Amino acid sequence: MMLRSTAGRRAVATAATAVSLALALAACSGTTKDSVGEGSAKSGRTAKADPDAPLKKGLKLAFLPKQINNPYEKIVDDAGIAAAGEFGGTGKEVGPSDAGASSQVSYINTLIQQRQDAILVAANDPNAVCGPLKQAMKKGIKVVAYDSDTAKDCRQLFINQASSEQIGRGLVQHLGEQIGYKGRIAILSATQNATNQNTWIGFMQDELKLPRYKDMKLVKVAYGDDADQKSFQQTQGLMQAYPDLKGIISPTTVGIAAAARYLSDSSYKGKVVLNGLGTPNQMRKYVKDGTVEQFSLWNPEELGYLGSYAAAALASGRITGAQGEKFKAGRLGEYTVGKDGEVILGKPTVFDRGNIDKFDF
Amino acid sequence: MGTSAETRQAADAARTGRGRAARVRSAALRWDTAVGVLLVAVLVAGLGTTDGFGSGENLAFAFNDIVEVAVIALPMTLLVVAGQVDLSVASMLGLGSALTGALWNAGWAFETIVPVVLLAGVAGGLLNGWLVTRVGLPSLAVTIGTLALYRGLASVVLGSDAVTDFPRTYADWTVDTTTVPGTFVTYPVLLFAVLAMVTGIVLHATALGRSLFAIGSQEEAAYFAGIRVKRIKLLLFVVTGLFASFAGVLFTLRYGSARADNGLGFEMLVIASVLLGGVDFDGGKGTVFGAVAGVLLIGVLKNLLTLNDIANEVQVIVTGLLLVASVLTPRVIAAVLERRHRRSTADGPS
Repeated sequence: MMLRSTAGRRAVATAATAVSLALALAACSGTTKDSVGEGSAKSGRTAKADPDAPLKKGLKLAFLPKQINNPYEKIVDDAGIAAAGEFGGTGKEVGPSDAGASSQVSYINTLIQQRQDAILVAANDPNAVCGPLKQAMKKGIKVVAYDSDTAKDCRQLFINQASSEQIGRGLVQHLGEQIGYKGRIAILSATQNATNQNTWIGFMQDELKLPRYKDMKLVKVAYGDDADQKSFQQTQGLMQAYPDLKGIISPTTVGIAAAARYLSDSSYKGKVVLNGLGTPNQMRKYVKDGTVEQFSLWNPEELGYLGSYAAAALASGRITGAQGEKFKAGRLGEYTVGKDGEVILGKPTVFDRGNIDKFDF
Repeated sequence: MGTSAETRQAADAARTGRGRAARVRSAALRWDTAVGVLLVAVLVAGLGTTDGFGSGENLAFAFNDIVEVAVIALPMTLLVVAGQVDLSVASMLGLGSALTGALWNAGWAFETIVPVVLLAGVAGGLLNGWLVTRVGLPSLAVTIGTLALYRGLASVVLGSDAVTDFPRTYADWTVDTTTVPGTFVTYPVLLFAVLAMVTGIVLHATALGRSLFAIGSQEEAAYFAGIRVKRIKLLLFVVTGLFASFAGVLFTLRYGSARADNGLGFEMLVIASVLLGGVDFDGGKGTVFGAVAGVLLIGVLKNLLTLNDIANEVQVIVTGLLLVASVLTPRVIAAVLERRHRRSTADGPS
């Protein structure tokens, strides 16, 4: 319609020819998903571990959280930085202010240039950070993922808060008890691509398949992008769409706090059960005013502490990240490296009116 | 239309426009040279103060890291010179990335995916251009709409998935570890350099380039001077869409991750770079050199500040201040020149 001129028509014809040529070419040969073999999954764990090696002094550790203004990750990183002081090292936190897929990449590069001894990363996207992390490992920098994993060959260790299965199933079990295994429920997650969230949600969905949950129905997984305002709006939207909703699980500290804030001011207070993962300081008010009965979390301070010691053990040559290796993590005691370089912190703690005042983070 | 009075008016407008343009051009020239000098100064300061900044590896990274923004900044320069703007570029990048991922998942050959993605960019550009030139809507309004539309389409095409199983060989060409032998120039940056040279020639050494300046400073006058305003504008939007979708392919390969939300918010970075380079948002003036210097300055500054552990918020503030300065300074210079000019004519013999 807009191409009335001959020039325009000629351009379209040329483009069409080019495309059909390309299609024809591609039909004969070309690089497709199927023609590409699986890349060799080699890992950098060839060095030998020396379990008796002393922890090196003056190690430089860098924490790269998903985003720097995330209160939860601040707790983790601060504890990790403090732990570095215990073994004579130094730690720092750097990172982007948004949790975009690619925004951590430029930080990894600069950490390489700054010759850090170890990078601890909570990945926003398991693959986008892979290239630069591999480069870091090639230069002898140790890479430890925490909180949210990278692809397996892009780090030496992954410090997992608790087993993903325990968390996912546990949250559904708690909520089930609270609502008498009956009614419609929803999930308020962080971003759609967060590795940890999606793994937990996978286990939640699996748990819900058990016969005991036959009267419980998951109606929606909403995404608040770990932004307070958006999580608030998503909760509002959930209640508008499903006024008979019995329960919400929000496995993210930003999400659960925003959801609690909405519920505490609405007519749904006390009628809708909210459970999930939150920090005691954020949730104290809502536990006391009856909006929330209980929620869970591992101790984030211990997560950062363990990460710091694990990185130091790697950088000192005590461990390489191979399955079965053991290392001491200060006051937390001894840990063993599991399958795929995974180290599990422990079982999550359940917080309620009875114990919440014992915690301050 | 077309009475002699109106023609004369248009011609007058063109003349005064040209007069003003000439005066402002000298200021603009000084501004984009200043940005170039600033870029060199930042580079030298970085070399002197920051460990690791000068390493080939870091420079390769710093330039490679902004290459998609830089590629889109080229057609954006032409658009802004012609008095238009395209806010949908980052969404088009996302759509290009999503299409690349979805088609790859569907088992298409990469050699087919690329032309299809580029065609999608052309189609997006055509829609922008059509709404601007035929329906007569302002480009700002049109592309705010298509910004949402293309990002939405990207989410429809790929959903919330990330496609990551691209062959390593493609990624190797786009990452900062593979450089032209003996230099710190990566292949994407080399490609950008070639595109920048072509864009520079088009804008500064061809009749088409002169038409863009004419359209940007006085669209009506340009029309009466026989320039095919609408067709040129349409072409500009198409080229911008094409470049943006190409940047989508580049971005996907560089991060090895095709996602609908790739490049979120990049449009602001692109426009900031172009304006920082002295291209006037009102149209009618600017240079490709300035825009390139602007985008490199933003990239190098970001790298330097990150190396020095300056918090992200501060980085945003620094970029913002630079942008305000870049928009303000040429105007202040122009105003000062104007006043001096007026005073000199007032003081002259009557």
